[in-house]
Amino acid sequence: MRPLTEDESRAVFEKLANYIGKNLVHLIDGPYCFRLQKDRVFYVSEDSMRLSISVARPNLVSLGTCFGKFSKSGKFKLHITSLDYLAKYAKYKVWIKPNGEMPFLYGNHVLKAHLGRITEDTPEHQGVVVYSMSDMPLGFGVTARATVDTRKLDPTSILVFHQADVGEYLRDEETLF
Amino acid sequence: MGRRAKNKQAPPEPLDKPEYPSPKKLGKRKAEVLDEKPRPAKKSRDATSNKTKNGGRVKFADQEANSSDGWEDVEDGGLVGDLDDLLSGDDDDMLRGPVQEFDFGSDAEEDAPQPALPLRGRKSKQSGLPAKIIPTASDDSSESESEEDEEERITIANMAAKSRALDDEAEAEAELDIAEQQAAAAASDEDEDVGMEGDEDANGDIDAEPFHLPTPAEREEEKISVPDVHTVQRRMRECVRVLGRFKRLAEKGRSRSEYIEQVVIDIASYYGYNEYLAEKLFHLFPVPEAIEFFEANEVPRPVTIRTNTLRTRRRDLAQALVNRGVNLEPIGKWTNVGLQVFESSVPIGATPEYLAGHYMLQAASSFLPVIALAPQPNERVLDMASAPGGKTTHIAALLQNTGVVFANDSNKDRTKSLTANVHRLGCKNVVVCSYDGRQFPKVMGGFDRVLLDAPCSGTGVISKDASVKTNKTERDFTLLSHLQKQLILCAIDSVSPESKTGGYIVYSTCSVTVEENEAVVDYALRKRPNVKLVDTGLEFGREGFTRFRGKAFNSSLSLTRRFYPHVHNMDGFYVAKFKVEKRSKVKKGSTDEGEMVEVIGEDGAVVENKEQQAEVAFDSDEDRPYLEEAKRRRMKAKGLRPPPRTKAPAVSATAKASA
Repeated sequence: MRPLTEDESRAVFEKLANYIGKNLVHLIDGPYCFRLQKDRVFYVSEDSMRLSISVARPNLVSLGTCFGKFSKSGKFKLHITSLDYLAKYAKYKVWIKPNGEMPFLYGNHVLKAHLGRITEDTPEHQGVVVYSMSDMPLGFGVTARATVDTRKLDPTSILVFHQADVGEYLRDEETLF
Repeated sequence: MGRRAKNKQAPPEPLDKPEYPSPKKLGKRKAEVLDEKPRPAKKSRDATSNKTKNGGRVKFADQEANSSDGWEDVEDGGLVGDLDDLLSGDDDDMLRGPVQEFDFGSDAEEDAPQPALPLRGRKSKQSGLPAKIIPTASDDSSESESEEDEEERITIANMAAKSRALDDEAEAEAELDIAEQQAAAAASDEDEDVGMEGDEDANGDIDAEPFHLPTPAEREEEKISVPDVHTVQRRMRECVRVLGRFKRLAEKGRSRSEYIEQVVIDIASYYGYNEYLAEKLFHLFPVPEAIEFFEANEVPRPVTIRTNTLRTRRRDLAQALVNRGVNLEPIGKWTNVGLQVFESSVPIGATPEYLAGHYMLQAASSFLPVIALAPQPNERVLDMASAPGGKTTHIAALLQNTGVVFANDSNKDRTKSLTANVHRLGCKNVVVCSYDGRQFPKVMGGFDRVLLDAPCSGTGVISKDASVKTNKTERDFTLLSHLQKQLILCAIDSVSPESKTGGYIVYSTCSVTVEENEAVVDYALRKRPNVKLVDTGLEFGREGFTRFRGKAFNSSLSLTRRFYPHVHNMDGFYVAKFKVEKRSKVKKGSTDEGEMVEVIGEDGAVVENKEQQAEVAFDSDEDRPYLEEAKRRRMKAKGLRPPPRTKAPAVSATAKASA
């Protein structure tokens, strides 16, 4: 387990800022820190982190919350496990109707027909968090169109590109950890 | 019909059923039979005997009419759909024929609970069917039995066991009939029938003469032929009945242990256990309760889920799931996060609520150790064998994401599912590591609380995993017990006695055997005098054994709790809670400052111990010659010259030389 280097930190924060923007300071401020263990980035409170130093590297599996992992080529990918924090600090949100929940949870993109609500002034290619109508976070994605454009679209066109959803806990349980 | 009928499960009963004393149902019923007039050799099917039966069953007059109607429905074949499922092919033939001719008095007894439990009532009526095929004289015996049953408390589990017992008994009598007819008509050539006939001839009439226990020779003979399920079961019941009233019913010259041996062998072959395990589990309970235990292991326990209080409340979750089409109910008074699922139109392990981490699929018995542990916020807790993470996440929920939980599991592959569950349920303060649990105080110590849900033989969860019946041997128990003893000592050493709010360890297993439960706890109490047992805080459950088959344990073991599938309708489980005190050096005759903790906190015991301590203290006068000799030897080994011995030893040496 080690702290992140400059480059790594920058990569992580850029990705996060895409979803939570200025609220990123809340993540960094508190008594929490980021640590890297075997290419995975963990977000953990400092007390827990100090205690977990006594666990040897080959035996440590996870601490706190895993945000994502670095690929072999150095790119950072956010995992569904970070949804809690993203949902808490998200700037742009998308709500989908009950009939659209299951397709999204299977890994499909969000179509206009499934759209319930969307925050105003969402730009294109913006990271958004997807909720169900009962305000339950289901995953996150990237908008395909700005809010203003959504009215003109036909119902089968994609509004939000799927990036991660909670269904992955079942679909990808082998590869998640 | 026997086993298949059992597999058809009625709606599960709620979990907070209070314990009831289990009456010796089988024993009672059969004893009554003996008192009745003996069955005539050949029964005639006519109305006269029906009348006599009617006379005897006045109180059920109104219900008789209903039951007759019920029979006619069956004959029409359309109306009572469920019953058809329960019937097997052969039984159908037996039933359809004589259905109209008989009076179904004993059904009335089964109808009695019908208003309360319609489904069960129908099933019981079903079980009454075969009884009716048998001609009237045996109807008398079943009638007397049914009357007898009325007096016993009818509860849900009772009902199931009784209807099954009646079922089996009726079949048995039917077979007896057939066998006798065949004997009269000249024997058939099939081996099974021969074997059965042989038994029949040896047994004679069940009701008229006492049950004949097969001798070892007969048993050997039987091993060669294919064992007939019904014979085995009938013999098992007979043995249980005899053991219930040994003086009256036992065959002359046969000892109690022979009957017990026979029952165990029959249990092993009927339920599919290996003989070692059948005997082991049999000896945990009184005889009829043992049968109930084995029966309960054939039926799965209800599906339960635990609400994740970090994300939702039980009320809201129940509402959301009901909207999705799940039929559920809160579990009971002892937990405020449990829900029991009766049936579900959606897969309960794949709903959006499950994926969002609002609940966890977990057996009700697994709530118990965490409830006993009762972790407080801001504590440091260790879970030594935590995969797949149900208890760990429960602990994190009770801590409300404060403090820290170390979740350990020695199997690295299982830590994957553990981590996934931890993340899914939103537990932020969990550190997952993969060590052998025995390394623990070395890796890290000073925990406030430790939960050790030890790896065990799984004899409490046979209903979930039937392979336990056959693949557990004596060696398995020895190895497991050894491992558990090591783990519990490591757990005790990992807890800091100076903890302000904690200092507790909970040891739990999903097993019912004494070797893995009471024996391990007793071992810990002996090896670590600074720990003591405390009340688990669970309001229900049977007390642990303080004595078992010649082994005596510490009397505080009555504070531990045992749970059984046939009593509490949850998996077999065992929970023990320890408190760790400070360790102290042995002080000679000093007053008790609260640091010298005795395992048995009685004044007499405290005094005795102090005296013993005084006795084992060092006595320097006695030791001096040995110390000096050792010092001389050391010096010689180094090559130094030891000083000459003092006069006193020299005098004694010369005295010896001269003597």
